[in-house]
Amino acid sequence: MIAAHLPALQIVLPLVAAPLCMLLRRGNLAWGLSLIVSLAALLIAALLLNQVLETGPISYAMGDWAPPWGIEYRVDVLNAFVLLIVAAVGAVVLPYARRSVAHELPESLHSGFYTAFLLCLTGLLGVTITGDAFNLFVFLEISSLSSYILISMGRNRRALAAAFQYLIMGTIGATFIVIGIGLLYMVTGTLNMADLASRIPALGENRTVIAAFGFLAVGATLKLALFPLHIWLPNAYTYAPSAVTAFLAATATKVSIYILLRFFFTVFGPAFAIEELTLGTLIIPLSIIAILVCSTVAIYQGNVKRMLAYSSVAQVGYMMLGIGFDTVNGLTGGIAHLFNHAATKGGLFLALGCIVLRLGSCRLDDLAGLNKRMPLTAFSIVIGGLSLIGVPLTAGFISKWYLVQAAVERDFWIAAVAILFGSLLAVIYVWRVVEVMYLRPAPEGAAGARSEAPLSMLIPTWILAAASIYFGVETSLNVGVARAAAQFLLGVQG
Amino acid sequence: MMVLGLYNYWIVIFLMMTGFYIVIARGNLIKKIVGLNIFQTSAFILYISIGKVDGGTAPIIVEGAPGTLYSNPLPHVLILTAIVVGISTTALGLALIVRIKEAYGTVEEDEITQKDGIH
Repeated sequence: MIAAHLPALQIVLPLVAAPLCMLLRRGNLAWGLSLIVSLAALLIAALLLNQVLETGPISYAMGDWAPPWGIEYRVDVLNAFVLLIVAAVGAVVLPYARRSVAHELPESLHSGFYTAFLLCLTGLLGVTITGDAFNLFVFLEISSLSSYILISMGRNRRALAAAFQYLIMGTIGATFIVIGIGLLYMVTGTLNMADLASRIPALGENRTVIAAFGFLAVGATLKLALFPLHIWLPNAYTYAPSAVTAFLAATATKVSIYILLRFFFTVFGPAFAIEELTLGTLIIPLSIIAILVCSTVAIYQGNVKRMLAYSSVAQVGYMMLGIGFDTVNGLTGGIAHLFNHAATKGGLFLALGCIVLRLGSCRLDDLAGLNKRMPLTAFSIVIGGLSLIGVPLTAGFISKWYLVQAAVERDFWIAAVAILFGSLLAVIYVWRVVEVMYLRPAPEGAAGARSEAPLSMLIPTWILAAASIYFGVETSLNVGVARAAAQFLLGVQG
Repeated sequence: MMVLGLYNYWIVIFLMMTGFYIVIARGNLIKKIVGLNIFQTSAFILYISIGKVDGGTAPIIVEGAPGTLYSNPLPHVLILTAIVVGISTTALGLALIVRIKEAYGTVEEDEITQKDGIH
């Protein structure tokens, strides 16, 4: 009985729990409730993925109104996979959040923090699960509004300016998306994605469809921070509270990439999006620039959090490159990188949160001699760094391997070289951090005193760091599902 | 005739560009929010324009119902949702501006940039 309603519960549980958190007032109670809900969400996402892999796509009619009139929740391999990523990151970050939030936020904001966190989780899961284009916009705004709130809770006053900048750019992106959806509704008279997909080919060469496509493409790339629309991201990630940065870095841009995939491949179809409008010629150069420029900028950052934020923009470039290739290997690499980067970057940002808890800063110079003071945290940064570079036996290697393969298949030698060169740049910025942590002596007075972060923060950090290794060796979940999703999107039989 | 007949779409484009320009060109945070509102309003008008169906009729079974100019309720409902989203965004934006004013003592973007070097 309950199993049939899993798609609805995935959204309803966190949505209902969010206002309850606000009513609970006490920070610890709100945290406990959010933790239970996030674990339940993870369980549901895992069950859904399992069900989809066994029996194929699930269609759930919200309120029993049959699609295409009612809102349909549609779960297939691709979004079941993204749901799992979002729910898993949420469930890993929440246990961590209690100490980190208690340290970084005043007591009065705690229940509000968990409310906004759950709303953000609801929005991200909702965007992923829905099969209705307008519903997607509403969930996108739920997740965006709550993430502006979460970012503005950072300790530094710059968090406010960063949140405002993100609000402006995020709203422009979302409005572009809603205009695109409106134009599609205008020519097709439907909002259901599957229905849209079946009606658009009949319209042929239609200027309204092309305009809709343009609006959706720009809106989605703004949200996912593809170069040069990424300027909101470094500030937002740098000044947000540590737990928020880890959560958003691992989920928000990934869900935006999912939106792009969904519209390009399911609604418009790869033949229209990539071949007819030659979108690849736009996406591939921008992705290459993102990889090279943002990796280079990352090298010059004095704040490690900001460095990783720039690195995130570069990693978005890798994912978009895979999409631009429009081949099974390219998409497999891109989607697997979605997963791998969520684990890697999430782990790295969590480790930085541990450092902020003990040292009160994450400036590069302050990390001197960290391996003596916080050996476990320092080592988790090394593992995450190796995965960012893409060293064999780490998750980052697997996805880059597929991307290089796809580039060679399509004879994009420049792209293949850019992927490898981007890894070299990653070696430089990761090495800067490792050098300071391991080779530079600790400042006077602090040397020798071991003060590792509490276990409630270390364990989540290490779960994600271990995932970066585990999924580099045992690839049946990430690559296996990513390949199934890629074949599904391109309509190729496996 | 065609061009004039589509005048509401011209209004949409005009408002969209005006709002977008204000958001980009103005340094005052409040003006940016106003620009954002105008920008969003253009999307509302677009949806409402779509709602007019020439020669359509409400989906009610009536003997020999004449096809007239019919208002499709769906876009109106959709845009009601979008208006709520717009209001929340504006409210949140203004709340952030209040906090920014408290923290920086100004709502001018260039002065904020000057005070702590955000780009």
